[in-house]
Amino acid sequence: MTVEFAIFLSLAAVAVGASIAMLVSRNAVYSALFLVIVLFAIAVLFLLLSAAFIAMVQVAIYAGAIMVLFLFVIMLLGTENVESEPSHPWQFATALVLSFGLIIQFLIVANGLPGESGGDFGEVAEGFGSPAGIGTLLFEEYLIPFEVTSLLLLAAMVGAIVLTRWERSK
Amino acid sequence: MIPGVSMTHILILSGVLFTLGTLGVLIRRNAIVMFMSIELMLNASNLAFVGFARSMGALSGQVFVFFVIAVAAAEVAVGLALIVAVYRSRSSIDVDRVSDLKG
Repeated sequence: MTVEFAIFLSLAAVAVGASIAMLVSRNAVYSALFLVIVLFAIAVLFLLLSAAFIAMVQVAIYAGAIMVLFLFVIMLLGTENVESEPSHPWQFATALVLSFGLIIQFLIVANGLPGESGGDFGEVAEGFGSPAGIGTLLFEEYLIPFEVTSLLLLAAMVGAIVLTRWERSK
Repeated sequence: MIPGVSMTHILILSGVLFTLGTLGVLIRRNAIVMFMSIELMLNASNLAFVGFARSMGALSGQVFVFFVIAVAAAEVAVGLALIVAVYRSRSSIDVDRVSDLKG
């Protein structure tokens, strides 16, 4: 077993274990903190796959900004432990069966990758995934999608403000 | 070159994480935890994107992940605002109690 494979296996175990812990923990704050662990494990996997810039974005935006927003809302509403009994007794079993079917499909797809794409990773150029490389691509080939993203973020900001505004006049 | 790790391994991990996210949406009834499960599914697809970018030597895959993260940030802002609005009118974010459309 190579060092890289050992790193991959331990990261995969951390990610899957924390995901399961996120699903089963009754307290939503614990769920959020377990999700942060998953996000960090995936960020390190990004580093392993030579995506340094994306790994930093993942830590700063996902684990930083987005999860803080989640924790804010959980604690603001005080809804850590709300969870009623399932209204359908067969809900859990059905979910397990459906998920099992989904994972079988994923395994079939992953094992049947065409040609060489399922094999080992080849060499990539020096600086693959660096901020300079991503930035060049982002501001040349993907300039219009990038600008549309700013519009999307503006719309989301306005939407969030409108949705959470107190309506005192009513 | 990453000795010992192949694209198949990355895809299997991505599939397992995506399935766990799906399971979370199906079995939890706390709207915020369901929402976090959706984030987990987005991350699983990001992992597959980055894996394929590495495997094919195409940087575009990483740019797409960047866009996915930007869309996820917008989605979280609006989604959490919706959850806050639902909590104001219902005093609960249990999705089983928000079933007026059920008829």
